[in-house]
Amino acid sequence: MISFIAQRIAKAVIVLLALVVLNFFLIRMAPGDPAVVMAGEAGAGDQLFIAQLREKFGLDRPLPVQLFLYVKGILSLDLGFSFRQQMPVSKLILDRLPATLLLTGTAFAISLAFGILFGALAARFAGTWADTAITIAALIFYATPLFWVALMAILLFSVTMDWLPSFGYETVGAGYTGLAHVLDVAAHLILPATTIGLFFMATYARMTRASMLEVNRLDFVKTARAKGLSDAVIQRRHVLRNALLPVVTLAGLQAGTLVGGAVLTETVFAWPGIGRLMYEALLQRDYNLLLGVFVVCSAMVLAFNLITDLVYRSVDPRIEFAS
Amino acid sequence: MSKRKILMSVATMCMLSTAAMAQGPKAGGVVNAVIQPEPPGLMMGLVQNGPTQMIAGNIYEGLLRYSPKLDPLPGLAESWSVSEDGKVYTFKLVKGVTWHDGKPFTSADVLFSIDFLKQTHARARGNLVQLDKVEAPDESTVVFTLKQPFGPFIGIFEVGSLPMIPKHLYEGTDFKTNPANNTPIGTGPFMFKEWQKGSFIRLVKNPNYHVKGKPNLDEIYWHVIPDAAARSVAYETGKVDVLPGGSVENFDVPRLSKLKNTCVTGAGWEFFSPHSWLWLNNRSGPTANKKFRQALMFAIDRNMAKDVVWNGLGKVATGPSGSTIRYYTGAMPKYDYDPAKAKALLKEAGYKGEKVRMLPLPYGETWQRWAEMVRQNLQDVGINVDMVATDVPGWNQKVSEWDYDIAFTYLYQYGDPALGVGRNYVSSQIAKGSPFNNVEGYSNPEIDKLFADGAVAFPDAAREEIYAKAQKILVEDVPVAWMLELQFPTITRCNVKNLITTGIGVNDGFRDAWIEK
Repeated sequence: MISFIAQRIAKAVIVLLALVVLNFFLIRMAPGDPAVVMAGEAGAGDQLFIAQLREKFGLDRPLPVQLFLYVKGILSLDLGFSFRQQMPVSKLILDRLPATLLLTGTAFAISLAFGILFGALAARFAGTWADTAITIAALIFYATPLFWVALMAILLFSVTMDWLPSFGYETVGAGYTGLAHVLDVAAHLILPATTIGLFFMATYARMTRASMLEVNRLDFVKTARAKGLSDAVIQRRHVLRNALLPVVTLAGLQAGTLVGGAVLTETVFAWPGIGRLMYEALLQRDYNLLLGVFVVCSAMVLAFNLITDLVYRSVDPRIEFAS
Repeated sequence: MSKRKILMSVATMCMLSTAAMAQGPKAGGVVNAVIQPEPPGLMMGLVQNGPTQMIAGNIYEGLLRYSPKLDPLPGLAESWSVSEDGKVYTFKLVKGVTWHDGKPFTSADVLFSIDFLKQTHARARGNLVQLDKVEAPDESTVVFTLKQPFGPFIGIFEVGSLPMIPKHLYEGTDFKTNPANNTPIGTGPFMFKEWQKGSFIRLVKNPNYHVKGKPNLDEIYWHVIPDAAARSVAYETGKVDVLPGGSVENFDVPRLSKLKNTCVTGAGWEFFSPHSWLWLNNRSGPTANKKFRQALMFAIDRNMAKDVVWNGLGKVATGPSGSTIRYYTGAMPKYDYDPAKAKALLKEAGYKGEKVRMLPLPYGETWQRWAEMVRQNLQDVGINVDMVATDVPGWNQKVSEWDYDIAFTYLYQYGDPALGVGRNYVSSQIAKGSPFNNVEGYSNPEIDKLFADGAVAFPDAAREEIYAKAQKILVEDVPVAWMLELQFPTITRCNVKNLITTGIGVNDGFRDAWIEK
């Protein structure tokens, strides 16, 4: 197992480096550069000023040199300096990462728990009104754009009912500590986490339902029934466990992309995470910051893929690691 | 040398303060305001963008402030005089001013700031181009000597244009990496306290502020909320009290203005005088033809844009200068909405329906809607408009590479034609690669000479005559299509008083603001 993990990590590093190079060129293909954006913000864009900015950022050097210096930095775990924020990229990302992990982790947990629960219920009561209700709700949440759900949630729960805060990570200036702080953050977390979670919950519910119905038709389920096991035990121990493999695969793939999915939600709810950092870096062509966020996102996708492989094993012991 | 004392505006300040005192400013309270986008830094000497000034205008100060009529008011200078030949400006500094770290502010700081800003502040560098030398005969006197009279010189001392920088923290250091940049130290009414990136910036009252009894507020929180709709909601739900101009989309303004205890004002933009126009590519395509450009002016219903897109705020622009800018003249040919005249001019121009590429300004829904309205106007007179979608960097690139026919824009004018108007029309400012100069490519030697003469003409009457002539020529030539003198609506709780007291508005700090209980 250790050699399996070591091999996967080695491959992941190679993939990551390839992604860095690809992203490096991809970002630079977009029109405009950070010097002109910053000159525009300063309200004074004489050519001397723009040239000074380019020189300061190293953008006046040939592209291969810029790439070489960037990759050299990455190899020594240096993600560079943010042009606009005037701070090391790694510090910016590390400052924001906890907020994103809290948001996406909560959304992931909510969506996985409720998605599997509702999917299992729909499969168990297939063809009944409960199944129809869950399937329709899942379809609606799957098809509705995230930003619209976010805005409607704000309208309903913040503006109309005044139950939940509409923006931010905590109540600014309230000075809460201890449990009060935890509850305050939790209150701020509910709307954005649910907004992200609804889409993924719908996905897992649909996948779980389909997968369980398929497993239900297999011979070993008939055998279990013939042995006289109760329906609840069959569903929980035999059907659900076997039906979870595709759900784990999907969840593993999506866990990495949750950071990307948080871009919109973090922007609408002013959640201070790296999704928003990425959005702002893109608009400002803050190359180093954008690349840094991409590196972290890519690393997370690769890490979750590895974790998914490990989870396979515990869900289905028949799967073995090929070394 | 005899001197004439000018504009000792203490009296004006007293009048403004008296008006407020009559209501009885109350000390204390916290104001929550919105800032967007999050500024890259708060050290005004190094970062000169809108959000930086809006927050750091509370931390730093300039030698002067300016009234809504752009008359100079005391800032860190309590009085000033100009020599009769218009070349020597003497400032007497307020005595007893200290930096937020307790060190005294003196004339040495002013001299250092000038030197600092010449290296880091593009606009200050341009404003100081006629400066021959600056001296400090004593701790509270600063004397600027110019190479030749420079008309707009008295207008370059507000906090965003020439902020005072603490010499004791920056002298002999690498300015850009100085740790003090993260904890900015100024002389202003509020001190920097905390910045949680992505969330908020907190300023607290400066207890040693040099204006007695000011500031009234204890704290200001600037909330970073990236989405315009979420900013509206934050106000609606009572989480913020101040939405500075441009914080929300214009279509939300009527709705928000109907909320209880809500006041809306377009005041506070007189110094910047944001002027909007369409860049017209004078080099090639249909827009290279003067008659085509004149046709555009007649084809666009600018009154309707003002009333519908901008909720009635602002004014229809009559030419290159805004009406609050010095030497503005309205006595020029008028371009009222007249589609029939536009069609006739298009015919004279020989326009055959060629495609015209139009770039909206990618600053949100308001600008998009405005572009759609203009497209409709132009299509109505038979112009074949192709709207090109971009984001901000893409817009910058297309405009600076001259890859457009029509492009929306707006720029600040900074109170004087020599500072914010001429740069858009003189041929020396035609340079590929920058979107902030004469990108339309208009070239007229007469205009070049008029703007060159106007900047250094003396006395004022001579400047007035020169600029009147320049405005007339430009309005006839239509190098760009002037649209509106913009006013960005500032939305506040009505019990937040005296928020805007100068022509610099919310960008001049919340020094005089107070909360009515």
